[in-house]
Amino acid sequence: MMTEKIDTRYRVETPEGIDLEASMAGPVPRVLAYLLDLAIRFTAILVIFIVLAVLGEAGMGIFLFLVFMVEWFYPVYFEVMRGGQTPGKQVFNIVVVNDDLTPVTWNSSIIRNLLRTADFLPFMYLGGIIAMVVTPGFRRLGDLAAGTLVIYKDMQRPQKPLSKVVGRAPDFPLEAEDQIAVIGFSQRHGDISAERQKELADILAPVTSVTGDEAVGRLHGIGNWLLGDRD
Amino acid sequence: MLASPEDMLTADFPARYRAVCQHLSVAKGRRYTPYLINYLNRLVVEGHRLLYRHHNNLRRSLLWFLVAGFPSVVRSNRSYVFIAAALFLLPLLVMGIGCYSNSELIYSVADSASVHSYESMYNPESPVLGRERGSGTDVAMFGFYIYNNIGIGFRTFAAGIFFGLGSIFFLVFNGLSIGSIAGYLTQLGYIETFYGFVSGHAAFELTAIVLCGAAGLKLGFSLVAPGPHSRADAIRMAGREAVLIVYGAALMLVVAAFIEAFWSSSRELPLLLKYGVGALMGLLLGAYLLFAGRRVGT
Repeated sequence: MMTEKIDTRYRVETPEGIDLEASMAGPVPRVLAYLLDLAIRFTAILVIFIVLAVLGEAGMGIFLFLVFMVEWFYPVYFEVMRGGQTPGKQVFNIVVVNDDLTPVTWNSSIIRNLLRTADFLPFMYLGGIIAMVVTPGFRRLGDLAAGTLVIYKDMQRPQKPLSKVVGRAPDFPLEAEDQIAVIGFSQRHGDISAERQKELADILAPVTSVTGDEAVGRLHGIGNWLLGDRD
Repeated sequence: MLASPEDMLTADFPARYRAVCQHLSVAKGRRYTPYLINYLNRLVVEGHRLLYRHHNNLRRSLLWFLVAGFPSVVRSNRSYVFIAAALFLLPLLVMGIGCYSNSELIYSVADSASVHSYESMYNPESPVLGRERGSGTDVAMFGFYIYNNIGIGFRTFAAGIFFGLGSIFFLVFNGLSIGSIAGYLTQLGYIETFYGFVSGHAAFELTAIVLCGAAGLKLGFSLVAPGPHSRADAIRMAGREAVLIVYGAALMLVVAAFIEAFWSSSRELPLLLKYGVGALMGLLLGAYLLFAGRRVGT
């Protein structure tokens, strides 16, 4: 039932028979993370250049060697040693994983980063972006060859307290799905603007037979009742 | 936030992980609240990540890789290696003979400025051989060869993902340009300077480029003919093996860069010694790729 919906959830079944879920990261945060990494890399190379310029020709040799390392292995180092996140990815809260949601290995990270040069073609990563848009899981060519995936690092938002409305039993029948929806509505009241809450509550006007603030309060009451506030 | 991985991996970790898994299925089955399910899901994802991480023992297996792994993976992919070698050597020979018999031909692949620079680099008359230099220059050239040659190797591999076409392009293109320079300089009679310079590192460098091309061809061919697998699976399996060839080739290019920067450039060494060492390198490399690790197997 869930799989019929179009969304960016990615599911893997574990040996324990549990479906793990993760949200896949699309092109926009990935491009932004890349640009940030690019700026960091550029700054690092600039600093190295200034420091090594003192050493003359030998310094240039070391400089070129370091440029080579930074150019090809900057992402590899961070992805493997820092839990799948380059500094840029850390800022945008995304992380590289194998597509069974295990941490990336040296091999998979090196493959996906060597293939950057193929993703870059014909220019400015156009190929990689096209691949990301047309493949399931927003994968660029490097991800396809390495079997990796970029997902959002799940952040558990602290649960906000429920609204103060007194719980009240629904005076109309609620199926399990409906109950979950109403509970979700109550629990997320702190994350949704008052206007949007009214809009959502008004959809149920035919069954609750109230609108506006009153409908919102009614739904919160039912939600709190379902969650145990039944005095 | 969770504790660091090392603290988490206690003896009872698997049992605790299974308990959380059970909690998650119960929570899902009983339709508990989305907050709770998300929280448990996150715990399970973190636990799964710790419990099922792939082996990451690159350091431990480095010796094994050098002694047996690399040569055997090259041997088991020899058909790709042969095709890559042909794609590189045939254009090289054709262009070499072409430029030798008709020196004008080199201008079809190189502009006059670069032809002129090759000429002066290997001109036996010139007081300093091309980049004649102190040890500082040797280090500079070492860095340059690492940056440039390994970069070329990596690109030759990566471009293979376009159904092998990119690797074919790089192999043929490199074959043509190397062949043209060799043919042109031979025809000029710059034999001692040119072959004296390249003989030391040629075996490692050229073989490494061929191997990178072979790895790229393997990657591309898995997309053209994935066999009984889906293309997604085929390319992943090909990639896992191909990247081993690339590791080996990159190491070979490091060796080649070292020889090229610190040995090939020397003018004091007698020419015969340089040829001899070059031939010996070629023989050793050939024997290594053919025979090393045969008993150990894959």
